[in-house]
Amino acid sequence: MPHLPDATDPSPLIHARGLTKRFGSFTAVDAIDFDVAPGESFGFLGPNGAGKTSAMRMIGCVSPVTSGTLRVLGHDPASHGPQIRARLGVVPQQDTLDNELTVRENLVIYGRYFGLSRAECGRRADELLDFAQLAERSGDQVEHMSGGMKRRLTIARSLINEPELMLLDEPTTGLDPQARHLLWDRLYRLKQRGVTLVLTTHYMDEAEQLCDRLVVMDKAKIVAEGSPRSLIERYSTREVTELRFAPGIGETLDGRLEGLAERIEHLPDRILLYADDGEAAAAAVHQRGLQPEAVLVRRSSLEDVFLRLTGRSLAD
Amino acid sequence: MTALRLTPLLIPGSRRSMRLVERNVYVYRHTWLVILSGFFEPLFYLLSIGFGLGALIGTIPGPDGEPIPYQLFVAPALLASASMNGAINESTFNFFFKLNYNKTFTAILSTPLSPGDIAVGELAWALIRGGLYALGFVVVMLVFGLVVSPWAILVVPSALLIGFAFGAVGMAATSFMKTWQDFDLIQLVILPLFLFSATFFPIETYPPVLQVIVRLTPLYQGVDLIRSLTVGAISPILLVHVAYLSVMGFIGLAVVSRRLDKLLLT
Repeated sequence: MPHLPDATDPSPLIHARGLTKRFGSFTAVDAIDFDVAPGESFGFLGPNGAGKTSAMRMIGCVSPVTSGTLRVLGHDPASHGPQIRARLGVVPQQDTLDNELTVRENLVIYGRYFGLSRAECGRRADELLDFAQLAERSGDQVEHMSGGMKRRLTIARSLINEPELMLLDEPTTGLDPQARHLLWDRLYRLKQRGVTLVLTTHYMDEAEQLCDRLVVMDKAKIVAEGSPRSLIERYSTREVTELRFAPGIGETLDGRLEGLAERIEHLPDRILLYADDGEAAAAAVHQRGLQPEAVLVRRSSLEDVFLRLTGRSLAD
Repeated sequence: MTALRLTPLLIPGSRRSMRLVERNVYVYRHTWLVILSGFFEPLFYLLSIGFGLGALIGTIPGPDGEPIPYQLFVAPALLASASMNGAINESTFNFFFKLNYNKTFTAILSTPLSPGDIAVGELAWALIRGGLYALGFVVVMLVFGLVVSPWAILVVPSALLIGFAFGAVGMAATSFMKTWQDFDLIQLVILPLFLFSATFFPIETYPPVLQVIVRLTPLYQGVDLIRSLTVGAISPILLVHVAYLSVMGFIGLAVVSRRLDKLLLT
């Protein structure tokens, strides 16, 4: 059972018990429990199809809850959708920018949807353009911008109503490394300002960078919950030794790696040895006369946690 | 339930749905020339059929049986048809595109706006456009001396009512469409309405049974309403036309609002 924050916590921003979403006979989210505290940065980690987006859409009040309890900002999405949405900032998985408008117009009209005055929208739009490093592109059509810029604009747009809670669905999927780091930096600044972030990702590094606490989802259920560090401590060793053998060799090793590590994971392209001292494990492999083509010793990551919990890698 | 919820939305100044109008104003600020196109359709018909064909026809019995010049007979009907066509274009093709290919609505639903606000807002925008075209056409009619009664002041609101009725029903129909091919069905309805609603010839031309059928169709309400106002042939039947078109519009709006909930909030 996932461990939940202190039950005496007065008002979690999000409170879910037995939260379930079904599409016909398909169960996308299966009775999950979680709470998100104010100021926290909370992640849903899991492979595609695990139910992360469905959970986010329910929290965002654009998808009715099938069963269970959900409270967002203290309200029930079924009866207070507009009031809740007024205080959310939503960054959807796919950009939903208005391609027929300019960069700045996208921000201004979005503020208008929240009922802000034109003057206020203009003021906030200019601030956000600076924040997203898009001030020079202010008058450009959105269509011609790069993926990273569109993503930054989408995040800027989601901030126009100065939200208390931000929902980010795979914020950096499809971006190049520079664009990702810039985005992470912006999100980190928001967190510093006290904005509560809820994000989904299938990138371990992203979860480690951004999340104070996360739940691992697999097949519509939460399979583990904790801080990135505590999950690694609980479900993995300190280090991992990755071995690559020439094609065909890996299958013939039967038993010869036995005892070299706490746990051994056979993947199609490599073998993982889970040990607190990775270098020692690597040396032991050579002592046994085995000659892998490549050896890599690294720290354990959330990927290893996921592999341990589900027997599959996240990228599947 | 939905109908009850819609009523407050339709009160002028329903602020949330007006944001959609504002969005469209932003869009068309970039492509304002496109907006002019709608003005020409009835004008070209008037020049070709009204004045071209009309020269051969001379006079024809008007709404109250008094003979009137053919141009005067056909111009109000062209305005009514153009209001229908404009509303149908905006509420079918354009609406289908926004619904299925453009993620605009998806983004808007993450704000306090609801699918009902979107439906009302899009319809309001279509009506504002339609109203501008109607106003332009009335000016053309004035120039050609085709406005002969002070009742004509109600022509523009009547054109808006036609746009409301057809726009709402068009959106409702579009919410059931799966592919672009389905729109052929809409043309199959709109074209005969355009040709046979006593648009180009008096309803008395039909045998009695057909007359009854035509009198029950929606565009006929609009054609007879605007034609009667233009020539000043006022009778209680005009109130029936107004009621018919209003009810049609509200039913369409209730349906589309419910359908959008289903389509967008999954």
